[in-house]
Amino acid sequence: MSKFLKFTLVAGIAVSATATAVWSGEYGLGREALPEEIAAWDVKIMPDGRGLPEGSGDVWTGDEVFAEHCAVCHGDFAEGIGNWPKLAGGQGTLDRKDPLKTVGSYWPHLSTVWDYVNRSMPFGNAQSLTPDDVYAITAYILYSNNLVEDDFVLSHENFAEFEMPNADGFIVDDRAETEYAIWHGEPCMENCKDSVEITMRAAVLDVTPDEEGTETEAAAPAAEAEPVEAAATETSPEPAVGPDPELVAAGEKVFRKCKACHQVGEGAKNRVGPQLNGVVGRAAGAVDGFKYSSALEGMAGDGLVWDNESLAAFLADPRGFMKGTRMAFAGLRSDEDIAAIAAYLSTFGE
Amino acid sequence: MSELFKGKSTSRRAFLRGSVAAAAGAVTAGAAQAGTPDPLITDVQPWATGLGDGVDASPYGLPIEYESDVVRRNVEWLTADTISSINFTPIHALDGTITPQGCAFERHHSGAIDLKKEDYRLMINGLVDKPLVFTYADLERFPRENHVYFCECAANTGMEWAGAQLNGAQFTHGMIHNMEYTGVPLRTLIEEAGLDVAGDLKDKWVYVEGADASSNGRSIPMGKALGDCLVAFKANGEALRKEHGYPVRLVVPGWEGNMWVKWIRRIEVTDGPVESREETSKYTDTLADGTSRKWTWVMDAKSVVTSPSPQSPITHGKGPLVITGLAWSGHGAITRVDVSKDGGKTWEIARLAKEGEAKALTRFYLDTTWDGEEMLLQSRAMDDTGYIQPTKAQLREVRGENSIYHNNCIQTWWVRPNGEAENVEVS
Repeated sequence: MSKFLKFTLVAGIAVSATATAVWSGEYGLGREALPEEIAAWDVKIMPDGRGLPEGSGDVWTGDEVFAEHCAVCHGDFAEGIGNWPKLAGGQGTLDRKDPLKTVGSYWPHLSTVWDYVNRSMPFGNAQSLTPDDVYAITAYILYSNNLVEDDFVLSHENFAEFEMPNADGFIVDDRAETEYAIWHGEPCMENCKDSVEITMRAAVLDVTPDEEGTETEAAAPAAEAEPVEAAATETSPEPAVGPDPELVAAGEKVFRKCKACHQVGEGAKNRVGPQLNGVVGRAAGAVDGFKYSSALEGMAGDGLVWDNESLAAFLADPRGFMKGTRMAFAGLRSDEDIAAIAAYLSTFGE
Repeated sequence: MSELFKGKSTSRRAFLRGSVAAAAGAVTAGAAQAGTPDPLITDVQPWATGLGDGVDASPYGLPIEYESDVVRRNVEWLTADTISSINFTPIHALDGTITPQGCAFERHHSGAIDLKKEDYRLMINGLVDKPLVFTYADLERFPRENHVYFCECAANTGMEWAGAQLNGAQFTHGMIHNMEYTGVPLRTLIEEAGLDVAGDLKDKWVYVEGADASSNGRSIPMGKALGDCLVAFKANGEALRKEHGYPVRLVVPGWEGNMWVKWIRRIEVTDGPVESREETSKYTDTLADGTSRKWTWVMDAKSVVTSPSPQSPITHGKGPLVITGLAWSGHGAITRVDVSKDGGKTWEIARLAKEGEAKALTRFYLDTTWDGEEMLLQSRAMDDTGYIQPTKAQLREVRGENSIYHNNCIQTWWVRPNGEAENVEVS
């Protein structure tokens, strides 16, 4: 470290001798970061709450905001759906088999919750929440862990006072003392054990992925590409029959926003949202095995069909078009994106 | 034989390879014994008559179709989706030490993003004399270095804590790759911004985050940041792949892969660790008593036999056999690897293909003669700190079974007389 300090000192002198009063590093590369730029990117929250913007949110607001933006993966009560993270529960399980690590049972700092929700959630629509939303969601997560009462209001003023239950549950890496000191020296080369028995076998557990499917999939495109192309030339003499390839390509990019919840294409399965093969032109709510919201089922019962028009209206404002939909997506602001998505989805048949 | 394997294809592939090898073996054996001449030799083959592909048949080449099974694979049940997920390097089918980028494992927290060089910005702020913004072109004007390092996910072998679970070296040990990186030392960039205002550097940290939605922020102590960390933009001579952080990622040699922030966009000098999600709720190691270790950054010495292994069975019968594998240590260079064929009763010293390099993969070989009997294959790595890779029992004794991360135990493959291998635990 001292060598380094000496080095900067020398560099500093050199700079002051040759350059103007403005600081410049050894290479003079890059430019000064502007305060607005730093404010835009430096959103980290320190464990003591430094970095928090002014704002507040209460548990009940949090309940609503959570239902709207988070529950689709984390469950209405932060209990987690399927393999998505459980955010509540698990207190007292850390020393048991398969501990349940949640915000309440495990996370040592509340700042981490605020920071992560603010910068990375909702999944697929990060950085869309207001500071008040984030305070409210954080308050609700605390409430679902029974750590606050339902009249709790979290704000930048009381944030630092909150102590997490597992704050003292961590120690700094101690492998040097507890492990390295023991696993050392000259290893045994002969007669190291009296007997060796197999005590467990992976084949018994039977959880290794089946490679066969992947192989078939990998082989399939090459085999299928030609017939499809041939069919296209035979049946579509006019070039303008299918959707505009550029629009489809644009739609594929826009679809990244949807991918967290929806699959499309060969082998697409229902995930958080239903698979979308053949969705354009299909009656709403028709995918087998997917549990739709009652809102969607209601509109499906009234004869809703997903054509370009209804899809556009839904994607522009999901909750405005379908009050009570479970689709936690804010909507697509641009008409071009909506047209692109529709074009992209229209390329996938049933 | 197939009922022993979940991977229908594992057994199927083993079977196919086995039968192919057996057939070829019969032929070569016949040829060797002056029986039927080998038509591959006596008949003029099409490739020896006609012409091959022209030079531009594939402007950027992929492996030949016969190697199409040597690919990354994902374990679907591990994660909720493939966007915040991981897959595995096919280490069972590779040799040497450098991992081709195209089959090097991927780990994303919010998907692999598209980020053009022209759109790339790197900010340095916090306790620095002058906060700076660099473009990609700026980075290429700093003096560069080349280094080979392994990158191992802290969760590599994490599914094996409670018992033998996944049947294949790719799945048990494939969250690792090893590449030659070209980049600028992190130290150079931090010094360019100046550390005079930071004062005493002993208690200062460097927080790094990526441009993707997860940002995957991590806090690195100043000593490491000014040590061997590299802001890299090339791997194995070419641009980083999108899935590995194109155009720029951080390289944190010897330390857990999660800290190798991809699409790195911001470097901040701070007066303490940020305690981000990735260094509190994840990448902390819970011990048997419920307390958890944090800041377990270094990847301890580890090794695995990559062949024979469940996805790479012996197909040639008894006689000469090459046992091979990989060894590595985040503390330094591998100095020795031992191999046991009897589950750890007796050990032989393996041959290192090259002298071990610090924080990089080392290839080892045991050139041996197989008697056709069953084997319980193990390997045991030692590094230049004198550390000896522990058994799973030793690890469990200190940590219990809930650590998830940093499982560097000795692995056992049970090779049977038919040449097939299975992931097992032994007493």
